[in-house]
Amino acid sequence: MAEQTLTAGTDLPAITRSRGNRPRKALDLKYQPGFGTVAVCCLVMLYAPILVLAIFSFTAGDSITRWGGFGIRWYVTAIQNEGFHHAALTTLKITITATIVSTLVATAAALATTRTRRWPGQTAAFMVINLPLMVPEIITAVASLSFFALLASVLHINFGLGNLILVHTVFCIPFAYLPIKARLEDMDLTLEQAAADLYATPWMAFRRVTLPLLMPGISAGAALAFIVSFDDFTITQLVAGPGQTTLPLFIWDHTRLPLTPEINAMSTILLGVSIVFVTLSFVIARRRRK
Amino acid sequence: MAAADIPAPTERLVKAQALVRKRWLKSRYGLVAPAIVIVGVFGILPLMIMVIYSFLKAGDYGGVQWIGSVEAYVSFLFQRDIFDGTLSFSSDYLEIYIRSILLAVMTTVFCLALGFPTAYFMATRPLSQRTAWVFLITIPFWSNLLVRTLAVMLIIRDEGVVNDVLRWFGLIDKPIIMLYTDFAVMLGLLYSFLPFMVLPIYASLEKMDFRLVEAGFDLYATRGRVLRRIIIPLAKPGIVAGCLLVFIPAIGAYVTPLILGGGKHLMIGALIALQFGSSRNWPLGSAQALILMAGVLVALLFYVRSSTGKAQTLHG
Repeated sequence: MAEQTLTAGTDLPAITRSRGNRPRKALDLKYQPGFGTVAVCCLVMLYAPILVLAIFSFTAGDSITRWGGFGIRWYVTAIQNEGFHHAALTTLKITITATIVSTLVATAAALATTRTRRWPGQTAAFMVINLPLMVPEIITAVASLSFFALLASVLHINFGLGNLILVHTVFCIPFAYLPIKARLEDMDLTLEQAAADLYATPWMAFRRVTLPLLMPGISAGAALAFIVSFDDFTITQLVAGPGQTTLPLFIWDHTRLPLTPEINAMSTILLGVSIVFVTLSFVIARRRRK
Repeated sequence: MAAADIPAPTERLVKAQALVRKRWLKSRYGLVAPAIVIVGVFGILPLMIMVIYSFLKAGDYGGVQWIGSVEAYVSFLFQRDIFDGTLSFSSDYLEIYIRSILLAVMTTVFCLALGFPTAYFMATRPLSQRTAWVFLITIPFWSNLLVRTLAVMLIIRDEGVVNDVLRWFGLIDKPIIMLYTDFAVMLGLLYSFLPFMVLPIYASLEKMDFRLVEAGFDLYATRGRVLRRIIIPLAKPGIVAGCLLVFIPAIGAYVTPLILGGGKHLMIGALIALQFGSSRNWPLGSAQALILMAGVLVALLFYVRSSTGKAQTLHG
């Protein structure tokens, strides 16, 4: 598919190419005036604020906007902050549990809804699984809040941190489901059929053939579920009970104190975690295409 | 192999086939059940409870009283006088809704104006550069929204980098006040959701067959005409998907107005959260959330209709 698009524009006769093998703008079919400038502006706009944020996390001074020399003192302050530790621990408990549970159920659901004859209720199941993507976050947040308040007042059930874990699991499921489903759709059934011909039981065929082939999709889905849960602010803020402070909530609480570069340091750490997981998911997804 | 060679299915065969199909179906339902149960109980049931809440009376200290009432929907448009209980038209909430819709529409338009050229530029790069561009746009797409919004706040503050640079060049002597204005909220929304516009448009342009563009030029079309008549119609599914992906989160935005609007310039998201927080009017909050949800559903229906319409013109 990609090669086909390339040949249409770049394999033009030599006349369209000037110095350095670059197509001359006037004769380049794909050229649209000003689009490159807009693209570069977008990139600058997207990265300038976070770069400024990250740069000022390395200041040695007390101001978040005046450079005070290079230093890592604010990272030291952040890492030694008790509240930050506690928030990191809470976040990891929620995120890891939500990631594992959502990835497991999403894998099962993807296996049931892909590469199969249609079964009654399949479309409905697909819509239910993807529903959390359609509902604005704030609505999920207040609905969950009402739900858990009702559980607590009528049935006297309170899962504690479990409340947050359950809500996170719900909105992680579609993010884990979609990459796994995409990967399954790329796999044909011939290998499983070959395994069956060689007298593998369905379980063995799954364990030895399907699962290893599906692993990149599962990892990419798990990485996305992890980021989505790790970064969530809106839903967590409304559902969280007292003492259930996650990292984004901790940073938010900090913005109401006098601003110091400590907030830059903590934010940069959070960005770093997101970037690592996006890169992982990206690399895994790229590799599968080759 | 004529059809006559195949023996007619015996009763036993039919029974066996039915059994195999039943077991197959059972395994499908078994696999999909955990996901459905989790989303159903902790995702859909809460939405249903919210529908019930919206028809109840507010409790005195938050929560609800189990007395049926349409007060929440009435107070969306009318204000009840505290003394004699008469209703008078009040546009307070309506104004916030209209503001949010306007801001969301403007965000979508600006995202499209910046996102389409970017996506097109990305799609016309050589393959190796394209991967790098997609990666660069993907990172902000998945990065922490709160942190990214804070980053915007830090640079547009009165003593932020933007004002410092302008002052350094001697262009201004007093800082331009940007934070806690509609401009700040607008900028924040644009910044937050731009990648949501670029990626779907890119996905539809990447698959585009550029021989159609070549054909357009062969027929003496100008660059602008090729863009309007060939490229944009072919990118339409991506454009519609991108607009939806920007519009839905923008209209319910909570974090951006909270940080950049400073609580003065309410949007629907903050208004709903307020009813569940300090205003302690859960039925009103539920009703407002449902009205927002209805708006989102209308947008989704529009999407479904426009995408099926597309398929018909292609095949028919």
